[in-house]
Amino acid sequence: MNAPSRLKYTKTDEWYDPATGKVGLTDYAQSHLSDIVFVEILVEAGETVEVGKAIASVESVKASAEVYAPAAGVVAEVNKAIAEKPETLNQDPYGQGWLIRIENSLPGDLMDADAYIRYCEERD
Amino acid sequence: MTYIPISPNEREAMLKTIGVQTLDDLFQDVPEKYRFPKLDLPPALTEMEAAQYLQELASLNETVHGDLISFLGAGMYNHYIPAVVDHILRRGEFYTAYTPYQPEISQGTLQAIFEYQSLMCALTGMEVSNASHYDGATAAAEAINMAYAVFRGKRKKVVISPTVHPQYRAVIRTYTQGMELELAGDDARADLEAAPEFLTNHIDANTLLAIVQYPDFFGRIYDYTKLIEEAHGKGALVCVVANPIALAILKTPGEMGADIVVGEGQPLGIPMWFGGPSLGFFTTRKTYVHKMAGRLVGETVDNRGQRAYVLTLTAREQHIKRERATSNICTNQGLMALASAVYLSVMGRAGLRQVAELCYHKAHYAAEILSQIPGYGLCFSDPFFHEFSLCCPKPVAEINAHLLEHGILGGYDLSQDYPSLPNHMLIAVTEMNTKEEIDLLAEILAEVNHD
Repeated sequence: MNAPSRLKYTKTDEWYDPATGKVGLTDYAQSHLSDIVFVEILVEAGETVEVGKAIASVESVKASAEVYAPAAGVVAEVNKAIAEKPETLNQDPYGQGWLIRIENSLPGDLMDADAYIRYCEERD
Repeated sequence: MTYIPISPNEREAMLKTIGVQTLDDLFQDVPEKYRFPKLDLPPALTEMEAAQYLQELASLNETVHGDLISFLGAGMYNHYIPAVVDHILRRGEFYTAYTPYQPEISQGTLQAIFEYQSLMCALTGMEVSNASHYDGATAAAEAINMAYAVFRGKRKKVVISPTVHPQYRAVIRTYTQGMELELAGDDARADLEAAPEFLTNHIDANTLLAIVQYPDFFGRIYDYTKLIEEAHGKGALVCVVANPIALAILKTPGEMGADIVVGEGQPLGIPMWFGGPSLGFFTTRKTYVHKMAGRLVGETVDNRGQRAYVLTLTAREQHIKRERATSNICTNQGLMALASAVYLSVMGRAGLRQVAELCYHKAHYAAEILSQIPGYGLCFSDPFFHEFSLCCPKPVAEINAHLLEHGILGGYDLSQDYPSLPNHMLIAVTEMNTKEEIDLLAEILAEVNHD
C-alpha cells in the first residue's frame, strides 16, 4: 500500500495535499473498491464546501462509495477528465486521479502518512 | 432435511430454544376471542367438484376472444399474439419472473433480456434500455426519478402535457409525493387542441423534465422535435411516453432528440388479461446510464473468449448504492419482457410494420364512417394512429351500455378525466377488428342516435 508522506489523510480514505489543495481517493480505497467504472463529481468550481461534505460519488464493479471533503474552502477546480476515464482512480490515485482542488482551505482532522498506514493495517 | 420441516419434534425444539412452553404462549398478546375466529365456510369440495365450480365461475367472464368485439384501448390494446410467444414463455427454463444473478447458470435468460434491451433500443431509437419496469405508468414516473438524479435534486419542476394518459399522471403524482416537486402543464383547464410547443411556456431553468405522449392519449401524432429543442435550450430533459406498435411506422422519439423514452409494452405480445401484469419499457441515452434505475444486462466474453451475458453496472442500483440510488425499484417484469422479445423477433421489422399499418388503416376507415353518422363527429383534426376521439350525441356511459347489449365493448369515456370533453368516446381499432365489426359498430351507433 502506498501513502506518500507529502499528503494528509482522512479516516474515510481521502487524501489532501496541503501544498496544492488537491483532494483524491487513497490507494487503499481504490484497491478495496477494485475496478472503478464511474465517477461523478458532485460539486462545481466556485462552490463552498465544508469538511465531510460529499464531493464525489464513485462506483466500482462491486461497490459504490462517496468521497468526502477533507478540508473546508472554495472549490477552485474539478478534474473534468476523470469522468471520461474513471479507471485513472485505480491507476494513478495520487496523480491524474485527483478529484477536486480546494482553495483557501481549512483542513479537518487529518492523519499523516505513517498514522494512515497504521490505520489501514488495523483494518485489514 | 425432512420435506415437512415442522414436525412435532421440531416444534418442541424450537419452543424450547426460545424459552416458551406452548405455541399458545406466543399468541398471548392477541385477545383470545380474536385468535381463532369461526369461519363460516361451506362444506369442503373434492378436487373434481372444485374444478367444475371454478370453471363455472370462469365461464361467466366475457373476454375479447369470442365473447365481445372490443373498441376499447386507452393504454391496453387487443393485438394478435402468435402461439409461439406463449410456447416459449412457458418453457421451464424461462418460467420465472426473477432476475438471474448468477451468469454461470442463467445464460439463456440473460441473453433473452439482452435481446429485449436491444430490440427496445431499435424500436425507440435510443442507446440503452433497462430490463423493464412494472408498467408504462411506473416507467414514466421513473423517468422523473432519473432526471431528478441527473440534476442532483437541484431542479424541482416537472412539466407534463395534459394529453399524457390520465392514469400515468396520477401514478406520477403518487410516486413523486414527498420529493417537493412542482408539477405543471396538465391542469384541467389546459387547451387540449394547443400545439405541443405550448408546453414550452411552462419550461424554465428549474425544470428537470418535460413529459409528452406519442401518439398522445387521444391517439394524435405530433413531431416533438421543436419542443425537445426548446426544452434543451432551457437545460431540461424530455421524456416521450410512446406506443411501441406505433413506433414501427413513425419517426422514433430518438430521432426527435428525446432523452428518455418509456411506455407500455403490453401491445407487444402480452394479453390484456384484467389489466396486468404488463410491461414498462425504459430507454435513454448512454450519457445517463449510471442514473438509470432497473436491471441492465451486458454482453461480454468469458474466460474462454466465448460470448457471454452478465448483469452490468450493478453498483448504481439500490441494493449497493442504498439511499443514494436513483430509485428503490430494481424489480423488473422479466417474463413479460421475454414475451415482448419473442413477439418482436417473431414479427420482425416487416411483420410489426404490417401490424401498425393495419391498425392505422382500419382506425382511419372507422373514423371515416363513424364521423358520417348523423350526430357524431371527429373531435380533433390532427393526424392520428389507431385511436381517435368521437363526439357523440349522448353520454358515453349510456351509449356503451347499449353497445354492450350487442356484444360490443365501446370506447373509453373521456368525460371521466376531461370535464371539457363530455359525450366524447376514445375509440381504439387494431388489426383484430374486422371491417364487419366496424360496420356493425357504425350501425348500432346510428341506432343509438335514433332512440
